[in-house]
Amino acid sequence: MFSIYLFIFLSVVALFSALKVLLSKKPIHSVLYMTLTFFTLAGHYILLNAQFLAVVHVIVYAGAIMVLFLFTMMLLNLNLEGEFSKSTLMKIVAVIAGGLLFLVLIASLKSFDVATVGTPELTQIGLVKNLGNILYKDYLLPFELSSILFLSAMVGAVMLGKKD
Amino acid sequence: MIPNSKNKIVLTKRSKVVSNKTMTWIERLYLPAIFQGMAITLSHFFKKEVTIQYPEVQRPVSDIYRGLHVLKRDDQGRERCTACGLCALSCPAEAITMIAAERKEDEMHLYREEKYASLYEINMLRCIFCGNCETACPKEAIFLTERFVPSQTKRDKFIYGKDVLVEPKDAPIDISKRQTPEVLAFKKDKTQSHNK
Amino acid sequence: MDIQFVLYKLALAGIILLVSLVIAMYATLAERKVAGFFQDRLGPNRAGTFGLLQPVADGVKLFMKEEFMPATADKFLYLLGPCLTMLVALLSSAVIPWGKSINIGGVDYSLQVADINIGVLYVFAVVSIGVYGVMIGGWASNNKYALMGAVRAASQMISYELAMSMSIVTIVMTTGSLSLNEIVAQQPGIHWNVWTQPIGFLVFTICVFAECNRAPFDLPECETELIGGYHTEYSSMKLGFYLFSEYINMFIASAMISSLYFGGYNFPFINDLGLSQNVLTLLGTGIFFCKIGVFIFLFMWIRWTLPRFRYDQLMRFGWKTLLPLAIANVILTGFFHLLFKN
Repeated sequence: MFSIYLFIFLSVVALFSALKVLLSKKPIHSVLYMTLTFFTLAGHYILLNAQFLAVVHVIVYAGAIMVLFLFTMMLLNLNLEGEFSKSTLMKIVAVIAGGLLFLVLIASLKSFDVATVGTPELTQIGLVKNLGNILYKDYLLPFELSSILFLSAMVGAVMLGKKD
Repeated sequence: MIPNSKNKIVLTKRSKVVSNKTMTWIERLYLPAIFQGMAITLSHFFKKEVTIQYPEVQRPVSDIYRGLHVLKRDDQGRERCTACGLCALSCPAEAITMIAAERKEDEMHLYREEKYASLYEINMLRCIFCGNCETACPKEAIFLTERFVPSQTKRDKFIYGKDVLVEPKDAPIDISKRQTPEVLAFKKDKTQSHNK
Repeated sequence: MDIQFVLYKLALAGIILLVSLVIAMYATLAERKVAGFFQDRLGPNRAGTFGLLQPVADGVKLFMKEEFMPATADKFLYLLGPCLTMLVALLSSAVIPWGKSINIGGVDYSLQVADINIGVLYVFAVVSIGVYGVMIGGWASNNKYALMGAVRAASQMISYELAMSMSIVTIVMTTGSLSLNEIVAQQPGIHWNVWTQPIGFLVFTICVFAECNRAPFDLPECETELIGGYHTEYSSMKLGFYLFSEYINMFIASAMISSLYFGGYNFPFINDLGLSQNVLTLLGTGIFFCKIGVFIFLFMWIRWTLPRFRYDQLMRFGWKTLLPLAIANVILTGFFHLLFKN
C-alpha cells in the first residue's frame, strides 16, 4: 500500500523533472533535472526489489556520467545569445522529424502487448547474490568479455594520459 | 675565484647541497620522506608550547623597558609639565603635540609652573619609544614606564591625551624601576649632546 | 513492520545524526588544537576550559555573520549547494555498523540503521553524488575562483573514486559480501583486513583523503590559489555548512576506514572477558569510536605535515600511480585467494 504512494510520487517527480530537462532555459538546470530523473528511476528500481541495479544506476549515471555532463556544461559557458539561429525552414523540418518519431513511438507502443509482470516483490533477481549467480554462471563469457573491454578502456585512458 | 672550502662561510650546520640527481626507487615512493616528515611534526606535538598567556602571564621585561609614557605630578599633586616643548622638539618621530596655557590665580593647586600644557597629546602609532622625551625633559615631568600600549580598533584611539597620560592623583605611577643608576648617570652625562 | 521497530530505527538514526554532528563539532576544535600543538602553540583555550566551548562560539559567530548572496548568482542552486553537501555527508552513516546488537527484553536491537546487503555500493553511491553540492555551489556563485574550485573538485573526485572502488573490491573479494556488517563481523579479534590488504589500505586511505578534500588534496578550496575555491562567495551559516560537512565527511571516512580495515567494533580478547552481550556491545562501540578518533587524528596529522599537491601532480598520482596499484592489488588478491583458499 505504502509502495503505491511511493510509486505515484516517484513517477510524478520523474515526469516533472524529465519535462523540465527539455523546458529549462539554462543547460545546467537541464543537466540537474536529468540527474533528478535518474534518482527517481533508481527509486523505481528499489520498488522493484532491484537494489543492485538501483545503486549501480546512481553510481554510474548520477555519480559519473552526469558529473561529466555538468563539468562540460560549466566549462562551455552556454549563453542564450550563443544559440545558433533557427530559420523557419529549420523549424518546419524539426517539427516534421519530431512528429515522425512521435508517430513511430506511438505505433510501436500500440502494437506492443503490455505483458503483466508478476508482483515485483516476488522477483529476487535484482538482489546482488542472484544477479551474481546469473552473471557468473549463465552469462560468464559475455560478462568477462565486457569486463576486459572496460579494463582495456581504463588502461587506454591511462595510456592516453602519458606523454609521448 | 672559487672560494676555498676551508674559507667558506658556514651559515648553518644543516645546509644541504641541492642536486638534480635522479631519485632512487625508494625515494620515488616518497613514503619514507612522508613518514620522516610526520615523525618531525609528531615530535613537535609533544614539545613545550612557547605561548605566553598574555593578560594573565606577562613576559618578563628588562628594568629599563620603555613603554607607555606618564606625566608626573609633584608631591603636592600638581602637574610638573610646563609645556616648554623640549620633548616635542627632541621627538624623532614627531609624535608629541602640545598647547601651552597660562596658569590662572585659582589654578595654583593644579599646576606647578606658571605655564602649563592645556593640551598634551602623544600619537602612539608614531611613537618609537626611544625615551628622548624623558631625557630632554628639564622638569622631570615625562617618564616612560614598563606599561604596554594596548591594542585598539580605531586609529584615533591611539592619540593619547592628558586624560590618559597624566598620572591619577590618588594612584601615583611608580617610575623608580626604570631609574637605574646607569640611566641616571646617562641622563647627567655631559658628553651626550642632549645634556649640553 | 511494527511501530516499535520503526520507532527504534528512527531513534537510532536520530542518535547517530546527533553523535556525528557533535563529533564533527568537536573535530573542528580538535583540528585547531592539534594544529596548535604541532606548531608548538596552545590552540584555542579561551572559550571554556581547554576551549571546549569554542565550537559553540564559532557557530554563534557564523550565525551572526551577514547573509550575503552575489547579485548574479543562481538563487536556488546557490542555496541548494550547501544543503546538498550536508545531506550527502550525513547519508553514509546509515550503513556503518556502529556496534553489535543490544539485547533489551529478549529482543536484539542492532546498532546499524540499515543492514542492506549492498552496503559498500551504497557508500560508493553516496560518495559519488557528494561532488554535486560542491559543483552546484561553485557554479551558482558565478565567480571564476568558485568555478575553478568546482571543476577541480569534480575532476579530483571522479579520478580518485576509481582507485577507491578498486581498493574496496579486494575487501569484497576476500570477504565475499557487500554488506558492511558482514565485512566487520569477519574480522574478529585482531584478524583485521589491514594485515592481508596493506596496499588496499594505503590506496583507500589516500583516496579517502582526496574525497574529503583534505590536505594534501585540498585543491578545490586551496586558499593560496583560489581564495576559498568553491565556497569563495559563501558567507554565514551557508559557509558553515560547507566547512562543517568537511568534518562530518572526515568522521564518516574514519569510520569507513576502521570498519573496512581495522575490524570496526572488534577488538582482541573480545571473548575472553566473560562480559554480558550488552556490555560487550557498548565496549565494542567505544573501541570503534577510539579507532575513529585515531584516524581523525591521522587526517589532521597529515594536514599539518604535508604540503599541497600541484594540480598536474594530483591527476598524475591518481591515474598513473593509485589506479594501477589498485588494479594490481585486485589481481594479486585474486591470485592469492585462488592459491590459498582452496
